[in-house]
Amino acid sequence: MAIADEQAAKDTIVEALKKKKGKTKFYLKDYYKMLPDEKLMDVKRLVNQMVKEEILEYWSSGSTTLIGLKGLGKQHATEEDE
Amino acid sequence: MAKHKTPLIDQLESGPWPSFISDIKLEAESRAKNEKGLDYQIPRDVCEDLLGVLELSYKDGRTHWKHGGIVGVFGYGGGVIGRYCDQPQMFPGVAHFHTMRVNQPSGKYYTTKFLNDLLNIWELRGSGMTNMHGSTGDIVLIGTTTPQLEEIFWELTHNMDTDLGGSGGNLRTPSCCLGQSRCEYACYDTQELCHYMTLHYQDELHRPAFPYKFKFKFDGCPNCCVASIARSDLAFIGTWRDDIRIDQGAVKAYAGGEIPSNAGAHAGRDWGPFDIQKEVINLCPTGCMRYEGGKLEINTKDCTRCMHCINVMPRALRVGLDKGLSILCGAKAPILDGAQIATLLVPFVKVEEPYDELHDIIGKVWDYWMEEGKNRERVGELIKRNGMQEMLKRCDLEPIPQHVQEPRANPYIFWREDEVPGGWKRDIVEFRKHHQR
Repeated sequence: MAIADEQAAKDTIVEALKKKKGKTKFYLKDYYKMLPDEKLMDVKRLVNQMVKEEILEYWSSGSTTLIGLKGLGKQHATEEDE
Repeated sequence: MAKHKTPLIDQLESGPWPSFISDIKLEAESRAKNEKGLDYQIPRDVCEDLLGVLELSYKDGRTHWKHGGIVGVFGYGGGVIGRYCDQPQMFPGVAHFHTMRVNQPSGKYYTTKFLNDLLNIWELRGSGMTNMHGSTGDIVLIGTTTPQLEEIFWELTHNMDTDLGGSGGNLRTPSCCLGQSRCEYACYDTQELCHYMTLHYQDELHRPAFPYKFKFKFDGCPNCCVASIARSDLAFIGTWRDDIRIDQGAVKAYAGGEIPSNAGAHAGRDWGPFDIQKEVINLCPTGCMRYEGGKLEINTKDCTRCMHCINVMPRALRVGLDKGLSILCGAKAPILDGAQIATLLVPFVKVEEPYDELHDIIGKVWDYWMEEGKNRERVGELIKRNGMQEMLKRCDLEPIPQHVQEPRANPYIFWREDEVPGGWKRDIVEFRKHHQR
């Protein structure tokens, strides 16, 4: 892991997610913006590590993966306009 | 007696071809009899309810499946696709009907034991129904419930020494042709490279890494038996740099009808005798061949490795000896922005461990796409949006003439909005009358 202060980076992600209004699940690309100074592959590793630690969770449509705080928001399939 | 009456889908059994309806009924019957005395871990009538929901869909002209969700196995972001029925009271057996993708072995070689072991797990813990294989190549296990996912995963990884495949924004399960194990055209060991890449990029395969799906496919020659040129974001296609090897005696034998062309596949009826001028020389896409005075000549510089002449006369013509692979980039099936055929990125690379040149290109393509690609944008669409020039720049490649030419076209024809009753828009209130949340 090349991120120098891993705990601070995790806290940044959790805080950024808690501030979001409306949506609860986000593309991996949205997490890059939360840590703009880090390498993309390092952010990817950190986000996946946070899923393993059960801070975050995946939501997959089968073709696309979204990631959000565990337990929040949609858990099952929904339609686009609801 | 069947649980649901299915007159509409029963018609699908009436043709002369194999029917998946008959297959599902067979499995339903087998589960009802339970001759092995299994303690089924998901509803025993899952297959009958599947037939029921399919009949309802045929009747309604609409699907009753919902897909997506948080289901998966611990630590993996791919390999499981959540699927639910939106009429669970009518069809409780398929209320939860998740798909599991299992990484197929390279070249899809199986032992009977492997298949038996796999089906033993799946009959007990799933529907017993499989799709061998999905479009990407995976073994697709169709239909199980959430509590069974970890159990199946544990058995696959601990007892069968195999693993789940890819789904979501991950590297998808790499796939290859059977290569040098069976095929004299193969210019490199596709199975070895596919297996190596699968192991090397495990993290990308199992955990989301990208804006969307990303596929590797490995074809041993330009015949592209796993359709890498049409279906993979990075296609590794075997090729050669030197001359096609010619056995002039065998060419004469083909021309004289002593050896059947295409191994006899194109013969009989009104095909007539083999005509080397008409069926080979005149069909060469670059016109790089001639057959005069009983001698075949090929101008290698103009040859695009289309494989036609070799396929027609395999005993006379063989791929060259200086073998390697070409890397092509950006193919995709329709889903979002239409189908694309791959574009040549690297004309020739020797396939040698530790595959540094391949890793270098893969890393650069991923860096560019992860940085610039939009959510749900395939790398081929990124090339279209930002241009091939930018792609070459980001891969540190010098442009060559082969990068410029664009021989691709979209082979798919879709309904237009004005051809569909109601267009693309729908009334969510009306939708909910037929489909529960």
